[in-house]
Amino acid sequence: MSADYVLETQNLIKEFKGFTAVDDVSLKIQRGHIHALIGPNGAGKTTVFNLLTKFLTPTSGKILFNGNDITSMKSAAIARRGVVRSFQISAVFPHLSVLENVRVALQRKEGNSFHFWKSDKVLNRLDDRAVELLESVGLGDFAGAKTVDLSYGRKRALEIATTLALEPELMLLDEPTQGMGHEDVDVVADLIKRVSKDRTILMVEHNLHVVSKLADQITVLQRGAVLTEGDYESVSADPRVQEAYLGVAADEVQA
Amino acid sequence: MKISKLYIGLLGVALVAPFVMYPVLLMKILCFALFACAFNLLLGFVGLLSFGHAVFLGTGGYVTGYLMMNTGLTPELGILGGTVAAALLGAIYGKLSVKREGIYFAMVTLALAQLMFFVFLQAPFTGGEDGMQGIPRGYLFGLIDLSDNLNMYYFVLAVFLFGFWLINRTVHSPFGQVLKAIRENEPRATSLGYNVNDYKWVAFIISAALSGLAGSTKTLVFQLASLTDVHWHMSGEVVLMTLLGGMGTIFGPLVGAAAVVGLQNFLSGGELGNYVHIIMGLIFIVCVLAFRGGIVGEIQKIVKRNFG
Ligand SMILES: Nc1ncnc2c1ncn2[C@@H]1O[C@H](COP(=O)(O)OP(=O)(O)O)[C@@H](O)[C@H]1O
Ligand SMILES: [Mg+2]
Repeated sequence: MSADYVLETQNLIKEFKGFTAVDDVSLKIQRGHIHALIGPNGAGKTTVFNLLTKFLTPTSGKILFNGNDITSMKSAAIARRGVVRSFQISAVFPHLSVLENVRVALQRKEGNSFHFWKSDKVLNRLDDRAVELLESVGLGDFAGAKTVDLSYGRKRALEIATTLALEPELMLLDEPTQGMGHEDVDVVADLIKRVSKDRTILMVEHNLHVVSKLADQITVLQRGAVLTEGDYESVSADPRVQEAYLGVAADEVQA
Repeated sequence: MKISKLYIGLLGVALVAPFVMYPVLLMKILCFALFACAFNLLLGFVGLLSFGHAVFLGTGGYVTGYLMMNTGLTPELGILGGTVAAALLGAIYGKLSVKREGIYFAMVTLALAQLMFFVFLQAPFTGGEDGMQGIPRGYLFGLIDLSDNLNMYYFVLAVFLFGFWLINRTVHSPFGQVLKAIRENEPRATSLGYNVNDYKWVAFIISAALSGLAGSTKTLVFQLASLTDVHWHMSGEVVLMTLLGGMGTIFGPLVGAAAVVGLQNFLSGGELGNYVHIIMGLIFIVCVLAFRGGIVGEIQKIVKRNFG
């Protein structure tokens, strides 16, 4: 039954002026899994994320969330359904405080987001929950800091805390460890492992060490199309994958 | 603490000002300050550069003028009518424009404003090129004679304070918090589930309504409604006031409006009268090139550097 799958795509295609960036992709994301989407640069991974969250409109194909067709829904509505994404470039609100970043996500369910006549002090009641979320990603001591001043790794952690504030059923993480030093990578990987407990995660990840550690299921994209699927063992043993991807990144696996 | 002392000090100055300065000039400054503050709500706090905001100022003015001349309404109701009209126009124009981004938003707002300019030029009730003249100020609540400049001044001050308070409140409200998030990172705000265009739209309506309130009040002050207030020059002037004073700051538009109106007043009397536009243009260029933060923004920087 499709109920096992949180998200399904059927024959998803995205064309940019004659160039097919996503070519007939059918994904099935099982509930509770960490599902990794890997592939060389330009394979179409970010584009898939943009399609799933309707930041781009598919040329054709269908997207099902919990069995319901969400292909025609708008970005914000999809987010409210429970599919929340992060971005490849860190997506924070730089000139809000760290606490406010999380609070603005918590605020949405309060139903007061159009209340322009009320003081923002009414949001203070969300502070405890916001601090809790910050603590869960190791940012408890930074609640009052300005977000621009955080290190890159901490910004990514903040992004995860902000996303968690919405209690998404499905989290889409686009290269959450990109551009990080080794220590930060491990911290974020552990964090993802921890927050995956009661939810499903679909992540784009270049670091195969992280993929091997986290992913229950892997889909390999190449030139917009699915090359192969499976767990880490079977995918990494596939000669086509080694040629297309692992060959380039072999030293990364050993690292 | 510091801030509230500043507020009380300014309020004190505003209360005694008409005994030191010409009340009509002060009222003009207050009306333009409210207009600039309303404009700044969009530019400074949402990041939308409207290039047709005069249309809301002018619509407020014409509608209030019409009501005062023809219906015998008391002035507070006349002003309310003008404000509501501007808000309704803002609802339509906002719907049509907030979807556009950057320069396209500016162009759409300019085009829509020009459309109304020609309506006001042609419509029978506006008096065309001559405008509406001799609009009565009336009796506030049917009691207080506003033809007395001092009474009028305190009424205008009250209107300004209300508008100023509302903008301040909007900026520091749950709604304002979402606006800030949108200004900071719009795709992220969307991905958190906010329909960003709806928020921009509401901000647009508030800004239009308060611009209308400014125009309505100004019409009563000068007992005149004319095409000057809907002309694109006026839309440009409010951009100048806001940038000069400091966009995205609470006091910037107030300071900018006072500076521009004061300077115009000063220049128009003397030999330099013919060069007003050139001098304004030069100030604008210097401001944009050298003082990005505007007067208030630059002062804040200095304060931060030395005391922060
Ligand atoms: N908005 C766009 N317009 C045109 N081409 C695009 C657009 N977005 C992505 N592409 C192209 O689609 C291909 C896949 O890009 P992307 O999804 O970002 O790859 P990945 O995330 O796997 O590195 C690239 O060749 C890219 O240039
Ligand atoms: Mg990418």
